[in-house]
Amino acid sequence: MLSVNRVSKFYRVGTFGGKEMTAVRDVSFDVDTGEVVSLIGESGSGKTTIGKMILKLIDISQGSISLDGADISAIRGSGIKSYYSHVQGVFQDPFSSYNPIFKADRVFGLIRNEYFAGIATSEWNDKVDAAVRSVALDPGQVLNKYPHQLSGGQLQRLLVARALLLDIKILVADEIISMLDASTRIDVLNLLADLKSRGLGILFITHDLSLGNYISEKTVILRRGSVVEMGATEKVFGNPTHPYTRMLVSSVPQLHKKWADVEADLGAPIAGRGGCLFHEAFPLAGRAGLYLPDDPIMVEIEDDHFVGCFELESEKAPGLVA
Amino acid sequence: MSLQVSDLRVYYRTLAGDVKALDGATFSIADKEIMGLAGESGCGKSTLGNSLIRLDGRMKYVAGSVTLDGNALPIWDNTGMNEFRFRDLSVIPQYAMSAMNPTRKIGKMTGELLESRGENFAAIKPELLRRIDLVGLQRDVLNLYPMELSGGMKQRMVMVISTLLDPSLLIADEITSALDVSTQRAVAETLVSFRDHGFVKSMIVITHDVSILYQIADTILIMYAGKLAEKASTSAIINRPLHPYTRMLVSSLPEVGVRYADKKLSGIPGSPPSLLKPPTGCRFRARCPLAFDKCAEEPPFVEVDTDHWVACWKATGTDA
Amino acid sequence: MSGPASTDPRMESVSGSVDIDKEATAVPAKKAGGEFLYFALRSRKFLFATAILLVLVGFAIFGPMIDTTDPMDTNGVQMSSPTMDAGNWFGTTILGEDVFAQFVNGLRATFFVGLLAGALAAFIGMAIGFTAGYKGGWVDEVLNMITNVVLVLPTLAVLIVISSYLKARGVLFEAVFVGLFSWPWVARAIRAQTFTLRSRDFIDLAKLSGRGTWKIIIQEIAPNMSSYLFMVFILLFGGAILFAASLDFIGLGPTGGMSLGLMMFNSVTYGAALTLGLWWWFIPPGLGIMAIVGALYVMNVGLDEIFNPKLRDI
Repeated sequence: MLSVNRVSKFYRVGTFGGKEMTAVRDVSFDVDTGEVVSLIGESGSGKTTIGKMILKLIDISQGSISLDGADISAIRGSGIKSYYSHVQGVFQDPFSSYNPIFKADRVFGLIRNEYFAGIATSEWNDKVDAAVRSVALDPGQVLNKYPHQLSGGQLQRLLVARALLLDIKILVADEIISMLDASTRIDVLNLLADLKSRGLGILFITHDLSLGNYISEKTVILRRGSVVEMGATEKVFGNPTHPYTRMLVSSVPQLHKKWADVEADLGAPIAGRGGCLFHEAFPLAGRAGLYLPDDPIMVEIEDDHFVGCFELESEKAPGLVA
Repeated sequence: MSLQVSDLRVYYRTLAGDVKALDGATFSIADKEIMGLAGESGCGKSTLGNSLIRLDGRMKYVAGSVTLDGNALPIWDNTGMNEFRFRDLSVIPQYAMSAMNPTRKIGKMTGELLESRGENFAAIKPELLRRIDLVGLQRDVLNLYPMELSGGMKQRMVMVISTLLDPSLLIADEITSALDVSTQRAVAETLVSFRDHGFVKSMIVITHDVSILYQIADTILIMYAGKLAEKASTSAIINRPLHPYTRMLVSSLPEVGVRYADKKLSGIPGSPPSLLKPPTGCRFRARCPLAFDKCAEEPPFVEVDTDHWVACWKATGTDA
Repeated sequence: MSGPASTDPRMESVSGSVDIDKEATAVPAKKAGGEFLYFALRSRKFLFATAILLVLVGFAIFGPMIDTTDPMDTNGVQMSSPTMDAGNWFGTTILGEDVFAQFVNGLRATFFVGLLAGALAAFIGMAIGFTAGYKGGWVDEVLNMITNVVLVLPTLAVLIVISSYLKARGVLFEAVFVGLFSWPWVARAIRAQTFTLRSRDFIDLAKLSGRGTWKIIIQEIAPNMSSYLFMVFILLFGGAILFAASLDFIGLGPTGGMSLGLMMFNSVTYGAALTLGLWWWFIPPGLGIMAIVGALYVMNVGLDEIFNPKLRDI
């Protein structure tokens, strides 16, 4: 449904914009109906940039993103509003997502003004009521209040309710859990799982592997703008192959296993801290930018499990398909 | 070293009245113990940690006593606390790594800090360099500006500075929250190494992330709505929690290996009570699935097993 | 969160204050207006300044009604010092004009110029500041260039050149002129604050709701800066009055009418008030200007304390 194809994003930095910084490099993945795809990466991995490109808040430098086959860069003017009725986003900081001087409901009002201008008030109220209930909130408790009178979890769920008013196909959830308390996190996560079962496609951007593992079907692991490993969630976490993925899995603090035990379980010791030949051996070629081989290096090591590892590819080990 | 806190109450002054952020904390920490202090936002953990070392303008000391190594700490007296701060107890505040003066080189800043405490920078410098090596930083970090360091490096630098005078007690407030997963582990392990090397005798590690505590803490103290809920060894809290809140909290945490399709986790319905006019009786009562009549009376924080303290009528075996 | 941080364009303090609220949770909030009033009535600076301004405004409004003498009327006794008799509270000028009548009429003109010039400068500054801050890119570059040019223009020289082409200058001309040259700092400051605000999530959310650029600026960004905009206007008001008075004093003011600056100009230039010792002619207008501008600046400081929770002592 949503298809990200070899997307890259460069920024001009430095005085007079002499240097170029690559935030996202040659990333491809798909999000289908009724599926949660986790985009996992640490800071600087480019995951938020990808989310914003999908939401058309940032332009794409190279590559394309298409929704149901239609290239989204071609959408302009009034088409943009129509695009937003199919794709919406929820961001990390619930308190920053609301204009602090207005009531929280105003986010619904904005949708009404732009998309449902002619609707009758009673019909609108019913719609809002239904949307609020579908995110497991009590309309009497959360409507008509200021943002600081509500908790982070309630605010995030209201934002999801807002997105649902529009009957969307894709939801981009950018770190929506990280600022919530432990006891509310799981409720919001379960809500996303529930929405997924109703056919929504969700791009779940996070740095927390445990959350991604809990909720998603597919996982994409990003490092410094490139995909290092992707595929079905059980396979990526069950058999982490790329050194970076292995380092991530061994560093996540778990609740029933000490770090030392996790490392022992993973088997072979992890060499270095996520260093990878792919990144070090192929620096940006010249000022003109990006070294892009004709096909992205993605080695399928088992069904639905890809690793972006030059070492694997160059070895052409038996059983691996380049 | 030992720390004894007895019935500590610290409130916040606001226009609408006093917010009872910390309402009666009694516990103790033994020598070489790393105690994790966990709870959700608004539970009072930061208030507790900060009140032990510095009450800022908004906080109001109401009652209670704090004894460190046999000396009573005059926490209500800002000047009186000066002789204890940095030497006997030290703090790594939240957002410390963003609080370094961006226009000062790190070495200069450290020097100024020490001189202001009446210490001779030149005399301490060899030890400072030794510790910088120990945490895995380069010695020339003293010549760099804070913005030239990564988050993990800044955090480690702050940790070295805070523990330079070998305090008995270190209070670390959310030092791993803003870091990447790989740096989190490095910083957490550095914290333990400080205790193992003897730079610090005991620690209070304040965080909302219970899984980090499982990795590094000896004991965990769980707080809820300004009151202490449970204190026990780490394995007891994680594997045999007695307080309903602790149980529900621990079971609501997603883990690598646990998937929604296999086992759906559940959270805790409702939200913490207002601390402006907190409810009488047990503060968790409204959200507790085990609540019964006696819960209208506030349960005391008592020791039900060796070194296992709980504030819950059900746990102490007292039934209606 | 009762309002934006302070006049300081670096708005980091806003996010900092959220931490305090997290610990002191669920304090029932009054509406923003209620809180403002509460602090306003407790701020000594604000009350003091408002009192002075109200007195002067009272003079301006009611003065000419009480003393109906024409300020240019030269029928009075010349150069008489002030007495308590009606019609002679501030004495008379060298030509016999009633100084009190001049004073209260001048107050009116001064306030008028201040308001008009202030409003004009505020409007231009905001329009340019918001557009440059929100749009960025080449729009920002162009508007920045314009701002810088106006900033460095030698206003006096321009005014002299223009004056030589005009037979007469009215109060309106002066107000417009002052307004057209007072806005650059406003544009700069608003641009800086808009930069910070536009990267906030709620702006992204407004974009995701399909809102257009100007709707976002007017309905999302400006209200967040409302206290700052209010203070900007007060500063512009005071600054315009000072600027206008200075122009009047060196003879470049309106060719007709009366204003406080004009009184001072007249008294010193052709009234020889200094040598003749006619202190009652130039001291009241001087004190008047000082009082207005001074009160406005004090009010500004007071407002900053009211709006910024971090500057208050609780």
